[in-house]
Amino acid sequence: MRARVETFTERLERTVLSPMAKSSNSYKALVLFLLAVMFWGLYAFIVQLNYGLMATGMRDTVMWGLYLVNFVFFIGISHAGTLISAILRVSNATWRTPVTRMAELITVVAISIGALMPIIDLGRPERVWHIIVWGRFQSPLLWDIVSIASYLSGSILYLYLPLIPDFALMRDRFGRGTSNVKRKIYTWLAVGWKGTPEQHHRLEKAIGIMALTIIPIAVSVHTVVSYVFAMTLRPGWDSTAFGIYFVIGAIFSGLASILIVMAIFRKIYHLEEYLTERHFKNLSHLFLVALLFYAYLTIGEFLVPGYKMAIEEKHLLELIMLGQDAGWFWFFVVGGMVVPAILLIFRIGRTIPRILVAAVLVNIAMWIKRFIIVVPSLKVPLMPFEFGTYTPTWVEWSITAAAFAAFVLIFAVFAKIMPLISIWEVAEENEQREHATEGKGK
Amino acid sequence: MQFKEKGLTRRQFIKKSAGAMGLLSLVSSPLLPILGRAKASETDSGEDHQQEKKHAWSMVIDLKRCDGCTGLDIPPQCTQACISGHFAPKGHKWIEIYDVELPGGGKYFLPMPCYQCENAPCVNVCPVGATYHDKDGVVLIDHHRCIGCRMCMAACPYQRRFFNWGKPEVPPEASLAEYSPLYPVPAVRGTVIKCMFCAHYLQDGRLPYCVTACPRKALYIGDLNQDIAGNGTEIVKLSKFLGENDAFRNKEDLGTQPRVFYLPGHGQDAGRKADDDRPLLPNTWAWGGEGYNKKVGVWPWEKEVK
Repeated sequence: MRARVETFTERLERTVLSPMAKSSNSYKALVLFLLAVMFWGLYAFIVQLNYGLMATGMRDTVMWGLYLVNFVFFIGISHAGTLISAILRVSNATWRTPVTRMAELITVVAISIGALMPIIDLGRPERVWHIIVWGRFQSPLLWDIVSIASYLSGSILYLYLPLIPDFALMRDRFGRGTSNVKRKIYTWLAVGWKGTPEQHHRLEKAIGIMALTIIPIAVSVHTVVSYVFAMTLRPGWDSTAFGIYFVIGAIFSGLASILIVMAIFRKIYHLEEYLTERHFKNLSHLFLVALLFYAYLTIGEFLVPGYKMAIEEKHLLELIMLGQDAGWFWFFVVGGMVVPAILLIFRIGRTIPRILVAAVLVNIAMWIKRFIIVVPSLKVPLMPFEFGTYTPTWVEWSITAAAFAAFVLIFAVFAKIMPLISIWEVAEENEQREHATEGKGK
Repeated sequence: MQFKEKGLTRRQFIKKSAGAMGLLSLVSSPLLPILGRAKASETDSGEDHQQEKKHAWSMVIDLKRCDGCTGLDIPPQCTQACISGHFAPKGHKWIEIYDVELPGGGKYFLPMPCYQCENAPCVNVCPVGATYHDKDGVVLIDHHRCIGCRMCMAACPYQRRFFNWGKPEVPPEASLAEYSPLYPVPAVRGTVIKCMFCAHYLQDGRLPYCVTACPRKALYIGDLNQDIAGNGTEIVKLSKFLGENDAFRNKEDLGTQPRVFYLPGHGQDAGRKADDDRPLLPNTWAWGGEGYNKKVGVWPWEKEVK
């Protein structure tokens, strides 16, 4: 019995740590490709700095575009992580253990990229420090900044705390074979972790406090992101339900992202033993709940103004459902709601591919939904003039592509410097399970 | 022994506390603005907020007289004077005339400057206090402070704000002007700009460009505090003038409390009939040329579109 437990832990360490020791050629190729896309995006940004926002498709009527869409999208998928892992931790769902690390990593990476987007969107990005010096707390943008800054720092802390024992493990494992610098960094990151009961107790306590703290912060983040829109007198935005609508949308697309990330790393890091079908199934239940909740809120958002048909709302609904942007909207409805719901409810075919298809569809559709939220509302004329138009330029598309490339790249790099599965927690859990079966056997 | 087990010496404690304080201050630095000046610009522009409010500038537009200059076969003169007076970047119409359809057929013309709302949505949402009410109630923009986030443009329910998407091309004489929020010339790239009631003229007791230029004398500039308004040829008692002529404000129900009042009509005093379908003539810019239209091509390898 004892030997079997040892094997489990050893095998766990080997599978999870081995990708960190060596890099395959395809990994290097991926990194090079992503770097190329990022440099292209950087070039586009330099063009934009040179021309001004004239280089974008935004104009006086539709004055926000892809950058804000990306902002809402990335902040949205950042909810994957911390909120979901914290809720599962607080509710003591034990199956969460192999999932949390990836979820938390998504949060940190997505929020960093999301927060850059409004700065790229500024007419005078070099004046961004004015917000610190002359910030006014009456502005929803300042709520965003405070909230996102708290979320970012909280998420980093929440990612870091459960990493300490794993960093200690890597300090011990990589000690002899690897370079001095690497060992020093891991030693520094492990902050003297020895695995004493006292340390364990303190760590658990700290993680528990962070898990509780991060939930209200996470909810506040997406609420105030929605307030940037909801605090204006625009059709489609002027809604009291926008806060919860954005929060649920964020959880929805966040769950989709985490499912995608899990499926990818399960495959290429050979984590089949730890990320089992059960994890996908359990998350897909949450995913379905989020989908139904989001569908409910979406119906409300369209039915309530659609019933009353105030003139500006009428223009907006016609634009979205029948007009110029109808293709986008109906793709969202079919590809982001109906098809994923069918895939999740009727269990046809193999579990993981089925859930993965639903997750990919939802993430695409949710990006489009953010486009539907941001752009058509601005096209609607508030005064008797023509509808606005918006066609993003290659500059905007390039920067968008670079943002996605940066997301994947940072994730790929982090996957090399930290174990993507919380080794100590999984080992601990396995030990407990072993004890339980032993107890039953006696 | 006890100390050893706790693993914390005094030196370490001090070190760690200092680290924690540093981290805390770093994390909470975005919170600083709460403690600082919440209402930025007013104090900054050197005007004492406590000072007695001398004026409450407002405008009355008599739609009975406005025919959009269609009767004279010229482009709207208010817009034209505003463009040349402010060296407005090409395409910017800080006062713009819209035609609004009448329920019984036909249309009337609605000149729209910035309404200088008392409960201005744009002022509320500005994250850096770059747009603000000055002591006379005019909504101004500090273009050296504006970061170009365009939140105010999203918030304005009348779409009366414009953005300098590129470097505005203005005639050379514009650079002779001394910039001030009251007279934002030359326009600053990457910032928001709009009508400011020609506050630099009002200060000197002169009339705004649009009021002077209106050939029908349809525009009155006035002061709610002193209850007086004038269009350059006649002077009226403001409250009585508004009351007797059934004045209304645009989108009154939004609660923005605009300081621009309209007297209903369709240009009948200028001899225009409601069903007259002569369109507004386009305004012209003597500058800007192709420069302001400079934008990137459809594809990165294409030359810029001119």
